[in-house]
Amino acid sequence: MLRLEPRPQPSRALSLLSPLLALAVTVAVGVLLFALLGKDPLRALQMFFVEPVKSLYALSELSVKATPLVLIALGLALCFRANVWNIGAEGQFVLGAIAAGWVALQAGPEPAWLGRGIVIAILVAGVLGGMLWAAIVALLRERFNANEILVSLMLVYVAILLLSYLVYGPWKDPKGYNFPQTIVFDAVTKLPRLAPRLRANVGSLIALLCVAATWVFMFRLYRGFALQVGGLAPLAARYAGFSAGGALWTSLLISGGLAGLAGAIETIGPLGQLTPHVPVGYGFAAIIVAFVGRLHPVGIVFSAVLMSMFYIGGELAQSRMGLPKALTGVFQGLLLFALLACDTLIHYRVRFGADRFAR
Amino acid sequence: MTPPRLELSGIRKQYPAVLANDDVHLRVLPGQIHAVLGENGAGKSTLMKIIYGAVQPDAGSMQWNGQAVQVKSPAAARQLGISMVYQHFSLFETLTVAENVWLGLERSIKLAQVAARIGEVAHAYGLEVDARRPVHTLSVGEKQRVEIVRALLTDPQLLILDEPTSVLTPQAVEKLFVTLRRLAEGGTSILYISHKLDEIRALCHHCTVLRGGRVTGEVDPTRESNASLSRLMIGAEPAALRARADTQGAEVLVVKGLSLPRQDPFGVDLVDIGFAVRAGEIVGIAGVSGNGQQELMAALSGEDPRAPVGSVMLQGRDVGRQRPARRRRAGLHFVPEERLGRGAVPTLSLAQNTLLTRTGSLGIGGWIAPRRLRSLAVKLIERFQVKSGGPDAAARSLSGGNLQKFIVGREIDARPRLLIVAQPTWGVDVGAAALIRGELLALRDAGCALLVVSEELDELFELSDRLLVIAKGRISPSVPVAEATVERIGEWMSGLFPGGTAPTPPLPEPAERAHA
Amino acid sequence: MEPLALLVAATLNAGTVLAIAGLGLLINERAGIVNLGAEGIMLVAAIAGFATAVHSGSDLLAFAAGAAAGALLAAAFGWLVIWLNTNQYATGLALALFGVGFSAFVGLSYTQATLGQRARFVLPWLSDLPFVGVALFRQHPMVYAAMALAALIAWFLYRTRSGLVLRAVGESPESAHALGFPVRRIRLAAVCAGGALCGLAGAYLSVVYSPLWMEGMVAGKGWIALALTTFSTWRPARVLLGAYLFGGVTMLQFHLQGQGVDVSSHLLSMLPYLATIVVLVLISRNAAFIKANMPASIGKPFHPGA
Repeated sequence: MLRLEPRPQPSRALSLLSPLLALAVTVAVGVLLFALLGKDPLRALQMFFVEPVKSLYALSELSVKATPLVLIALGLALCFRANVWNIGAEGQFVLGAIAAGWVALQAGPEPAWLGRGIVIAILVAGVLGGMLWAAIVALLRERFNANEILVSLMLVYVAILLLSYLVYGPWKDPKGYNFPQTIVFDAVTKLPRLAPRLRANVGSLIALLCVAATWVFMFRLYRGFALQVGGLAPLAARYAGFSAGGALWTSLLISGGLAGLAGAIETIGPLGQLTPHVPVGYGFAAIIVAFVGRLHPVGIVFSAVLMSMFYIGGELAQSRMGLPKALTGVFQGLLLFALLACDTLIHYRVRFGADRFAR
Repeated sequence: MTPPRLELSGIRKQYPAVLANDDVHLRVLPGQIHAVLGENGAGKSTLMKIIYGAVQPDAGSMQWNGQAVQVKSPAAARQLGISMVYQHFSLFETLTVAENVWLGLERSIKLAQVAARIGEVAHAYGLEVDARRPVHTLSVGEKQRVEIVRALLTDPQLLILDEPTSVLTPQAVEKLFVTLRRLAEGGTSILYISHKLDEIRALCHHCTVLRGGRVTGEVDPTRESNASLSRLMIGAEPAALRARADTQGAEVLVVKGLSLPRQDPFGVDLVDIGFAVRAGEIVGIAGVSGNGQQELMAALSGEDPRAPVGSVMLQGRDVGRQRPARRRRAGLHFVPEERLGRGAVPTLSLAQNTLLTRTGSLGIGGWIAPRRLRSLAVKLIERFQVKSGGPDAAARSLSGGNLQKFIVGREIDARPRLLIVAQPTWGVDVGAAALIRGELLALRDAGCALLVVSEELDELFELSDRLLVIAKGRISPSVPVAEATVERIGEWMSGLFPGGTAPTPPLPEPAERAHA
Repeated sequence: MEPLALLVAATLNAGTVLAIAGLGLLINERAGIVNLGAEGIMLVAAIAGFATAVHSGSDLLAFAAGAAAGALLAAAFGWLVIWLNTNQYATGLALALFGVGFSAFVGLSYTQATLGQRARFVLPWLSDLPFVGVALFRQHPMVYAAMALAALIAWFLYRTRSGLVLRAVGESPESAHALGFPVRRIRLAAVCAGGALCGLAGAYLSVVYSPLWMEGMVAGKGWIALALTTFSTWRPARVLLGAYLFGGVTMLQFHLQGQGVDVSSHLLSMLPYLATIVVLVLISRNAAFIKANMPASIGKPFHPGA
């Protein structure tokens, strides 16, 4: 009989080991799935874990995928630590893209007074767009006690429909053969790249800056401390005098802003225009990234890289081995499940044998 | 000769950090009221859980009416005829009394029958309670009656009561004793867990004393004195009362006209509360739990900032609408009754927990310097003899007494002008309790104003210079402790003071009236 | 008259998916467990049911498959949340995300499949009544089953001892444990029952309501069903009411599009989601009211022996 016995102190070792354990479980299931689908498991594993990192070009692709994941996950980590369940990051991402797209649409071929500075304006717009969408959630929760999980989620659907409305309607490229898409944004709006023939752009540097800033906020600023106490022990936060409303707004605005920033970076980086396919689920994948990264800025970098490997590996496995791309989603979900299960080992020891202690 | 109702021998129970029961023996005769006496942490709860089947012993045997038994679960215990009334009620607030009692019985009986039986039992033992009322509308004393009725409906041969009087006024305690004596006369054995010497001496036929997990004595309490029982319980005489300092300064806290509607639907409204606390004195507030203490504490600490203008004045400044941090800057510090989850964050370290109320070490923009947090924690650990794994130990790794020393110490070390403490030694071992009380008295002697809220009358009598009672959200006039008697305070706890309200619908008790 | 009657009929039909899922979640939450994975469960059950219908031709088997899939996923969720004490919200989310991915994966080969001609259900004499006949009596049996289910659950919760025990567990698992009830097993039973109903709703969606399979076809109904439990203050009859209300909003959107109202279909499609937000705001405003009605232990972990 397997039994769980509480540990006197949570195990630090397992705190770091648990994500690796979860990954191992996911890989094991993956190998099983590959075999069931009649594909060579080793080759498939190579697609997922070797191909995405084996060249500079591959790494650059990795960074393009990882950047939005890192940005969104940083904000979500703050929210989850504050016990604010912002599930609607996908919607805030889309709103950031929409806001960024609107500014980008204003740019024309003639040099304007803003010049390349328009890139900054676009990014700021993205941040504000995401913040606005998150602010709705904060307002409804603070004023009316409305559950932030459901409100933010509903707003995801609304945001996606809003995007569709815009690209099928008012913002549709008149010369686009009636395809639902905006014009390709003028070259002046393009996000600068890190190297001539690579797709990696400054967004990755911005993301790394945000990692550092988030670390400082979480572990060296009183405001960040107050936020986390609010999530760990609400009564203690009240006792200390930390404002619950303040924590709510801070965490939602920051995560909305970061998600919006990610949306803006995607729009003027890899995408270059707005289409109904802007939302690809980064907002949801970032939830997994945040948890697997232990809600810690440095951990998030690693887990974002891992998640990007899943994405890219999935695409490669599809194009080179005929494996369905939907596998990526399965692995992501499985990883989170496995992580939650393995996390119990941090607080409990597994014991064999009959019950010796209190039931 | 009839065999003893219950006999335990050689009971042993080891937990990861402590040997809770070490070779414990216990013998309860039929119809006997048997006390189990011991301080917090002596092993009483563990022993009861073993008897009640919630926990299995590592070694030892149990005999029920002469037969060897093993009690594997609470259901098995109930089958045998053992019934337990917990200190912390296991009631369901949104359900009615009848439904609550029904859940404690076997399936076969119908709800309607239960209501009828409740009436019979309640009447037989003088425990009046309305079966149709939802439990959340009952007072704490009435809730306890429901628990007892529920236990009695199982026709128990052994009734275990765990600290039953912590929620009762002295008068209600008397009524309970009448009920218990009647039960014992009917043949029911009663195990009475307590640390209150006077009650045990007044009620019980026999007493087993536990200290540190071992049995230190089996005595007839009617033949013992408080001193001798205390020696068995804590290995020493009860501490003598400290001489009172005579220096009293200006008023530090003035509360006037504090009326506050409740925020929690299950809470208590505060009505026109008024009192003052001077520098160099300790004012104690007595009262049965659930009479507005929580609401009053929240209003004074700033966790509830809705106080009317002018109702809470700290050294002439109106702080009634200020948040906790501002009140702390003005010199008002507070130790809440819940340690884990309110006074400290369980998963954070002691060093980090200092940041909850001590922000002096913060830099510009609220910059945190972990080194300074640690040194403050170390200072507190040393000064207040906190046994811990160091400043980085998680708050929840400390024992109750040590964590309480840390939290109280954290606030005392801030050199407050006014220190408010709720339940200073609840659930705390003897040594820590003594240290905490000593520190509070020392703080008073240094000129601080103190307000202590406690449900332990003994503690209040020992610490306070003046006493107040809170009942149903109203506060009594104050009385110097030298002039206060337990009887008078008990009456006041029922609301019978000028400006108070009488308790909820008084029940017909012709016998009592004749005595008065 | 006829279009209105048809609207009512369509509303009842549209609300049935939400009603069944909502009732399942209500059972969950009455035991104190929030299952955020409803959307994922419904998706997996939808493809399970659809695939079963394609291969077996039997709607009944399809419903059973959906319910079984739902119960299985819920059991896995329940094991994590009840025995391993993982965070209920995070685990539910994991289930939702997993369900989205897994259903897309399994459903790959079914996107082009169609089910045969769907049977038309007509109650013999009642369906000829004017207005009411069209509005109420030409529905799939599952529509009536949903109403019966609500009544059954209400009876169970308020008139049986087992229902009382469930409510007690939801309010205070610690007290129920002290009284000797097997709290964890009761919660698992509630979670599985809830999962089975969500699964049934998912299967109904893909086999009867819109008989096809499309990735993500549940389109947020699982989340709306979660909102329903709060909206209904955890009472079965109100879940039904709320479900039909949302069904009505969805139908309104189609109706308006059909009438040629000059608003983009995308904007009209927002209606159900915006309506959910509005409803949540209205019902949550009174925090004290919610607190007095909500099963007190929702979301909180339970440690026996602590």
